[in-house]
Amino acid sequence: MTMADVPAFPRRWKRPPVLIRDRGWRYGIYGGALVYLVLAICSVEVNWTRVYEGLERGWRFIQGFLHPDFTSRWEDIRIGLVESLTMTMTSTVVGIAISIPIGIGAARNIAPPAVYLLCRAIIAISRALQEIIVAILFVAMFGFGPFAGFLTLSFSTIGFLAKLLAEDIEDIDEAQAEAIRATGASWWQLINYAIQPQVMPRLIGLSLYRFDINFRESAVIGIVGAGGIGATLNTAIDRYEFDSAGGILIIIIAIVMAAEYSSSHVRKWVQ
Amino acid sequence: MPVALVNGKPDWRHRTSVQRLVLWAGWLAVAALTVFCWQVMTKDTIWLFVYDAPTQAADLGSRMIPPRWSYMDKLWWPLWDTINIATLGTLMGVFLAVPVALLAARNTTPSLYVARPVALLIIVSSRSINSLIWALLLVSIIGPGILAGIVAIGLRSIGFVAKLLYEAIEEIDEAQVEAVTATGASGAQLIDYAIVPQILPAFAGISVFRWDINIRESAILGLVGAGGIGLQLQASLNVLAWPQVTMIFIVILGTVVLSEWVSAKVRHAII
Repeated sequence: MTMADVPAFPRRWKRPPVLIRDRGWRYGIYGGALVYLVLAICSVEVNWTRVYEGLERGWRFIQGFLHPDFTSRWEDIRIGLVESLTMTMTSTVVGIAISIPIGIGAARNIAPPAVYLLCRAIIAISRALQEIIVAILFVAMFGFGPFAGFLTLSFSTIGFLAKLLAEDIEDIDEAQAEAIRATGASWWQLINYAIQPQVMPRLIGLSLYRFDINFRESAVIGIVGAGGIGATLNTAIDRYEFDSAGGILIIIIAIVMAAEYSSSHVRKWVQ
Repeated sequence: MPVALVNGKPDWRHRTSVQRLVLWAGWLAVAALTVFCWQVMTKDTIWLFVYDAPTQAADLGSRMIPPRWSYMDKLWWPLWDTINIATLGTLMGVFLAVPVALLAARNTTPSLYVARPVALLIIVSSRSINSLIWALLLVSIIGPGILAGIVAIGLRSIGFVAKLLYEAIEEIDEAQVEAVTATGASGAQLIDYAIVPQILPAFAGISVFRWDINIRESAILGLVGAGGIGLQLQASLNVLAWPQVTMIFIVILGTVVLSEWVSAKVRHAII
């Protein structure tokens, strides 16, 4: 064997392509994305003079955020906050109470097929409609105010919680369910002794997480008239009272942070 | 083992009596709080409107059906705008989220006590404020239009993408980082060769997932004047043109289902 037969040891290393290995697909996707981007950016009409004029207002908002004003609109803020918090609490509890039977019905391993399909359909409807659209419809039916917001948040809690609960029930350890069945337990006893202990920690965690989401959403649905802090915020921004708006946003952020922090502690303690 | 004496014989119990008492008190507290919140929330509710709701719902139903199919001609352009808001907003959010995530991850942050808390604060503020509220603010700052929508979606996406991304960065295999460090790589090279290849699939998955959520959110941003199909929704709601509202709901629902399908397919292909 001569030296010429030995394949030269590669001196240079070429980095392999990331993510998309096939050359045709890679150039196709990149090219398509580029064409789309050009079309999309060209179709965005921007009134640059308006943007420039707005920068001063943006600066005022940042100042308002740094020097928030809680006092001058305190009465409105207080009413909005009380509405938001009570709405969050009641809708979370009611939503959980409704989603537990639906979640059990939507679990393939314990529900008969007819019930399974019905419950899955309810979940799909609740998940497909976003909160704002539901809020518009409920406000039209039940009138303005936190009651419509309460219904909206309960409705969207069902889709979220029932789906995750059903998936959790489908993932349980079947050995325990079989052991309970072998004792001659009825269906209710099966739920109570085999399923409930396995899903309870996660259910509590999910409920706390949903409480968090419901509070955040309650700050939004007020914009379409469903009560809560969103209505106060909307008014403050419409009046260009950026210092009050900054104060409201800071309160929202603080409450969300507090809820997130405490719920992570409770979850650790439960699990 | 918790036992109770029944007829002089030990009998097994699930919990000790103290545990049972605490649990019972906890449930009582939750129930009492819910009832109290309900009382506060419904203080100003006009029950007449609530009892009247079935009639209102039937009336609304009769007005909404059938949808005005011919209105679709006017919806193609807003629909294109909506998709652009979601896509360009996601791009903006992702670009801004990457540096924030690198600052927030424990293993890549330049300083644990300055940069990391600032990055976490950015993430929390962006996550606690819904894109509709961002849009409300931006419309009053930079004027109504698509640009406000894009920036609102982008600002909201930063927190979501950065949070999931920094968690992915914290979970990488440190051995690869050490190997690349041992070659004498600089900081940028370290990120490029040791961290990026490990988190790229997660990054692509998170971005597509956020895009899917953004499609839902951008559909309603028009309610506050930030462009897209929501503008048409607001216009139709203002003149109580319910058949058009139904048509818009159908279009939004179709887009949401389609985008969810696309994102599920893409994520399935990547991961």
